[in-house]
Amino acid sequence: MSIILNNISKSYNKVKTVDDISFDVKPGELFGLIGPDGAGKTTLFRILTTLLIQDKGNATVAGYDVLKQYKDIRNHVGYMPGRFSLYQDLTVEENLNFFATIFGTTIAENYDLIKDIYVQLEPFKDRRAGKLSGGMKQKLALCCALIHKPKVLFLDEPTTGVDPVSRKEFWEMLKRLQQKDITILVSTPYMDEAELCDRIALITNGKILQINTPRAIIASFPKKIFKVRSSNTYKLIEDLRIYPDIHSAYPFGEYLHFTPKSEAFRPMDLTRYLEERQHRDIEVKETVATIEDTFMDLSKVNE
Amino acid sequence: MNRFIGFIKKEFYHILRDRRSLFILFGMPIVQVMLFGFAITNEINNVDIAILDHSKDVNTKEIINKIATSKYFSIKGFISHEDEIEPTFRKGKIKAVLNFEKDFSKNLVTQKKATVQILTDATDPNTANTISNYIGSILQNYQQELNQGLNLPYQIIPKTRMVFNPELKSVYMFVPGVMTIILMLVSAMMTSISITKEKELGTMEILLVSPLNPFQVIVGKVVPYILLSIINAVVIILLSIFVFKMPVQGSLFLLGAESTLFIINALSLGILISTIAATQQAAMMTSLMGLMLPVILLSGFIFPISSMPLPLQMISNIIPAKWFIIIIKGIMLKGVGLAYVWKETVILIGMTIFFIGLSVKKYKIRLE
Repeated sequence: MSIILNNISKSYNKVKTVDDISFDVKPGELFGLIGPDGAGKTTLFRILTTLLIQDKGNATVAGYDVLKQYKDIRNHVGYMPGRFSLYQDLTVEENLNFFATIFGTTIAENYDLIKDIYVQLEPFKDRRAGKLSGGMKQKLALCCALIHKPKVLFLDEPTTGVDPVSRKEFWEMLKRLQQKDITILVSTPYMDEAELCDRIALITNGKILQINTPRAIIASFPKKIFKVRSSNTYKLIEDLRIYPDIHSAYPFGEYLHFTPKSEAFRPMDLTRYLEERQHRDIEVKETVATIEDTFMDLSKVNE
Repeated sequence: MNRFIGFIKKEFYHILRDRRSLFILFGMPIVQVMLFGFAITNEINNVDIAILDHSKDVNTKEIINKIATSKYFSIKGFISHEDEIEPTFRKGKIKAVLNFEKDFSKNLVTQKKATVQILTDATDPNTANTISNYIGSILQNYQQELNQGLNLPYQIIPKTRMVFNPELKSVYMFVPGVMTIILMLVSAMMTSISITKEKELGTMEILLVSPLNPFQVIVGKVVPYILLSIINAVVIILLSIFVFKMPVQGSLFLLGAESTLFIINALSLGILISTIAATQQAAMMTSLMGLMLPVILLSGFIFPISSMPLPLQMISNIIPAKWFIIIIKGIMLKGVGLAYVWKETVILIGMTIFFIGLSVKKYKIRLE
C-alpha cells in the first residue's frame, strides 16, 4: 500500500476537522478526495505530508510512518498545496531549478517525467511565476512537485480557479503520470473530476461518506432521479420543495435534479402538478445519477 | 552543499528583484549618517572622574570635596602623574580628570591666581562639554566663597582640554551609533521579514516538505544578509572617513571583525523574531518595537547610560547594541585593541550563541 490511514482524527479548537478517517491507496492508484470546502481535505493532506500531527490514529506514506519517519517522507513525496506556493518573483525556469536543487537533482535528470507539461511552459520560461495565468501556474507547480520523481504525489485542489480547458488538460496529465508508477492522491471540490479517478472517497465535515470506484458509487445510488426544467427556475424549486412526494431537489446545471420519495412516482403527476402552478415549458425526464447526486444524497442521510 | 548554494542563489534573486527594499537597504545608511550630524544636549549624572593633584593643599582639598559632594560627579581615583591620564581614559570608565597645578594655594595667595586643568574624554562630545561646564561652575562658586570680604580677589583659572576628539565633533559620536542602528535594522528586520514572507506566501509549506533541514533554511536565509550588512558597514565607515573626516584610530581589521560579530548577533535576533511572528507585518513591528527602540534609547547611543535610573541601566546590559557601541567607539575614536574590549566581545559572542540556540530550538519543523 502506498498510503495507509488508520482512524486518523484531528481537531482545531475542539472542532473535529478530520474525524476517524481510515482508507488505503494502492501503489500507482489515482485516488480522489471529493468534498466541499471545509470538509477536512487540506488537513488530511497536511497530516500525510508531515506538516501537521494527528490527534489520534496512525498513517504511513510510501511505507514510512508520518510521525517517526517524517524525514524519509519529505524525501519521497511531491506536494502541491491548495494555494499557489511558488516564488512569484522568480521566473518559471528559476523556480523549477530551485526545487530541483533542493531535492538534490537537476531538471535534465528527470526531464522525461515533466516533459509533457514543461513543453507548454517552455515559451514562458523567462517569465516571472507571478505573471503566469492560473492554468500555467498550476502546471508549473505540478512540474516543481514532480521534479524529484516522487513516489507519492499529493495534489490539494490543483484545479481550483483554473479554466475548464486547463482543468481537462491537467487531468490528462495526471492520467499520464499514473503510467509512470506514481501514486497520486488528489482532492477536488468538482464532482465532474471525480469520475476521472480510479477510486474516490466522498468526504464532508471530516467524515468519509463512501469509498469506491466512481462507477460503483454511481451504481449504488438507490433512487430514481429526474431532471426537471421550466420557464421559471426560482419558482420551480420552491414548488418542488412543497410537492408531497419529494425526497430532494437541488439545482444541477440548467436543470433541477429531483428524487421522489415513493417508488410509485410517475413523471406525469409531477408535470400536471407544475402545470397547475402556472409553469410553462415543463420538462421532466429520468436521468442517470452522477457523483454529485450520490454526494448530495449521502450527505443528506448523514445530517 | 549544492542544495545550500541553490537556496542562497534564490535568496539573492528575491533581494535584488525587490527594488524598494533594495533602495531602503542601501539608501538608509547614507541618509541616516547625514541626518545625525547634529548634536543633542544631554544631562549628566554621577560621572566618574579622577584627580591629579600636584599640590595637595587646603584649597585643592576643598575643591575636591565640593566636587565629590555634588550629585554630578563621583571621584573614582587619584593619579599621581601626567603619564597616567591617557591610560585612565582608555579604560573607558573615567570621563574627566582634574589636574591641579603645583603650589596651587601658594600661587593663589602670592599671585592671586591659580590654574586647574580639566581634561575630558570627548569621544562623547556632548557629555564632555557638559562636564567641563559643570566643573567650571563649581570652581566659580568656590572662588566666590573665597573672595567674600576681600578687596583683591583670588582667581581660579580652569583650562579645559578635550582628549581623543579635540575638535569636539559630535558626528564622531553618532557614527558608531548610526552604524549600530543600521546593522541592527538591516540584519534583524530584513531577515525576519524574509523568513515570515515564506510563511505568509505558503512557500514555507513546500520547503518543509522537502529534504532541506531547518539549519540549511536558516543559514541559507542569513548568508545573503551577512554580505549585504558588511557592505553597509563599509559604506558607513567610508562615509565617515571621507565626508566627515573622522579618523579611525584603531585597527580596521578588528573593526571589521567586531562588526561582523554584531551583524551575526543581529541576524540571530531576526531569526528568533521570525520563529515567533506569523506575518511580515508582525515581524516588522516586533523588530521595530523590540529592537530599534531599545537600541536608540538604551544603548548609550543618544542618552548616556550613566545618567539613567538604575533599573534602566540594568536593562541596558542585555542590549547587544550597548556592548557593540562601546567596542566600536573604543576602536574608532580611542584606537584601542582587543585587549581593551575583549570583555564586551565575549558578551556579544555569548549573546549570539544564546540567540542562535534558542531559534534553532524554536524553529518549527511542522506547521503548528
